[in-house]
Amino acid sequence: MSRFAFFLSEAYRALRRNAAPSLAAIVTIAVTVLLIGVLVPVLDASGSKTDDVRAQLELKVFLFEDATNAEIKHLQERIGGIPHVEEVEYVSPAAALKILEGKLEDGSLLDELNSNPLPPAFNVKVDDPDNLESVQSALSPPDSTGKPQPISATIDDILTGEQTTQIREVTGAVKILLAVIAILLAVASLFLVGNTIRLSIYARRREVEVMQLVGATNWFIRWPFVIEGLVVGMFGALIAVGILFLGKVTIVDPLSDNFALVENLNTISFGPLIAALVAGSMVVAALGSGVTLRRFLRI
Amino acid sequence: MARARTRSRLRARRSRMPESHPRRQRPPIVELRDTTVVYPGGHVGLERVSISIDRGEFVFLVGPTGCGKSTFIKLLLRDLEPASGTVRVAGKDINDMARSKVPLLRRRIGTVFQDFKLLPNRTVYDNVGYALQVIGTPRSQIKRQVPEILRMVGLGAKIHNYPDELSGGEQQRVSVARAFVSHPPLLLADEPTGNLDPVTSIGIMQLLYRINRTGTTVVVVTHDREMVDKMRRRVIQLYDGRVIRDQAAGMYATDEDTFEFGARMRNELGVGTDEDDGGAAL
Repeated sequence: MSRFAFFLSEAYRALRRNAAPSLAAIVTIAVTVLLIGVLVPVLDASGSKTDDVRAQLELKVFLFEDATNAEIKHLQERIGGIPHVEEVEYVSPAAALKILEGKLEDGSLLDELNSNPLPPAFNVKVDDPDNLESVQSALSPPDSTGKPQPISATIDDILTGEQTTQIREVTGAVKILLAVIAILLAVASLFLVGNTIRLSIYARRREVEVMQLVGATNWFIRWPFVIEGLVVGMFGALIAVGILFLGKVTIVDPLSDNFALVENLNTISFGPLIAALVAGSMVVAALGSGVTLRRFLRI
Repeated sequence: MARARTRSRLRARRSRMPESHPRRQRPPIVELRDTTVVYPGGHVGLERVSISIDRGEFVFLVGPTGCGKSTFIKLLLRDLEPASGTVRVAGKDINDMARSKVPLLRRRIGTVFQDFKLLPNRTVYDNVGYALQVIGTPRSQIKRQVPEILRMVGLGAKIHNYPDELSGGEQQRVSVARAFVSHPPLLLADEPTGNLDPVTSIGIMQLLYRINRTGTTVVVVTHDREMVDKMRRRVIQLYDGRVIRDQAAGMYATDEDTFEFGARMRNELGVGTDEDDGGAAL
């Protein structure tokens, strides 16, 4: 226990006596964490938005009006059995009318109709938009002449949403781009923090040499450095979290009161985010110190 | 092991050293047998050197730059490993011990260097205290021991100064205090007065001599001819990685041509040959 107290006081001494390099490390970590703290929610939100858009892609299968309930039920089961189909939702003409009514600004337009012109239909959701085509061809496989032939006589038409292909391609590209940015960010912050720590330890390599000379074991030398790394990581992260919190209170919160867009961002919430940032930067800084020291500890 | 012990007993009986050895039956504190050190790149640091130093001795190691003096020190701290031959400290082959045990060896050897090797961001007190912290000395004991040793080296008043606030001589005293605070059986000094003026040097040498009087074996690597001549202790002279002279109460140099002398000594004492470890047969 007294040994632990000694390590703590050693770490404190090192921080105090090497104020400039320690401060440099703290600032570097703060900037990096700030960057990550801003970009993680942004990337996460763009990712989930993209997923939302992709999830909305579906097939619509329109049936003839004279389809009987038994036929509809049978077909629904059949479509549900096709690979990659996640959900088959039946939309009756009455339900379709309701949806249309909801979309129109002036609902009274529909009152002019004396009968419901809308056909019964299925909304077919697939597990991944990339599988839309295979499901579609399963619904209407080409016959001997090469013309697509629906699997059931009750099927009138099969529609994919407008611009399905474009949406699919764009969202796919966006997802890859987000992944690349995230990886670059992670690598860059690791290198940045690692390098700063390495510099501040390199300045003290003679000290390590002397410690070895008087018979200090490697862990006896290493612990104060690791604790120092923990403290530097913690302070850096706390500064960044403070700035993030200010940003959230002064910029993001007022915006989300006024704009549905910001409000609708379903992203990681603030609590877990800052916990992860603080813990992450402490671990990276402590590990960075410990690992860098290995080079100077070789006897 | 057993053989070495018998040999050392025989040697002790033959020895004509003064009666300052309380326990003659113990193995010599330093024993090199046929030790060769080759640096990467092929430079030979030591060539088939056999030296034996008994407990309580005060030994000067002299010779020109590059003759292997620092290699000798590094060998004893296991900073280097020999290409062949053995290095024993207190009867233990230090190249047999696990790497993780090296710190334990170094705690038993005090070291003083030409460049002091003090920790720059610690006070005098903390520099000396660090050597005790390392071996797990309780804080209360450190509080008692450190001021005591600093008074002994004459720095009782500068206990809370930082190294850069001290003169060279004072810094070297701190380093001597650190080396001796845990009362190690062996103290190695690598040119301890190399950076100091003659008057200050005398003070440091006196200090080392006093430490020797407490029973600690002291090995001093030096270029300080005057000091060696005045103190008249055992002198081991190295040249080009070989022992060319090993003389009790010797001078820095002899009038004799060193090569002639070396040849004679090797014949007489068998130093540098297999037959006997003549280094101790003084």
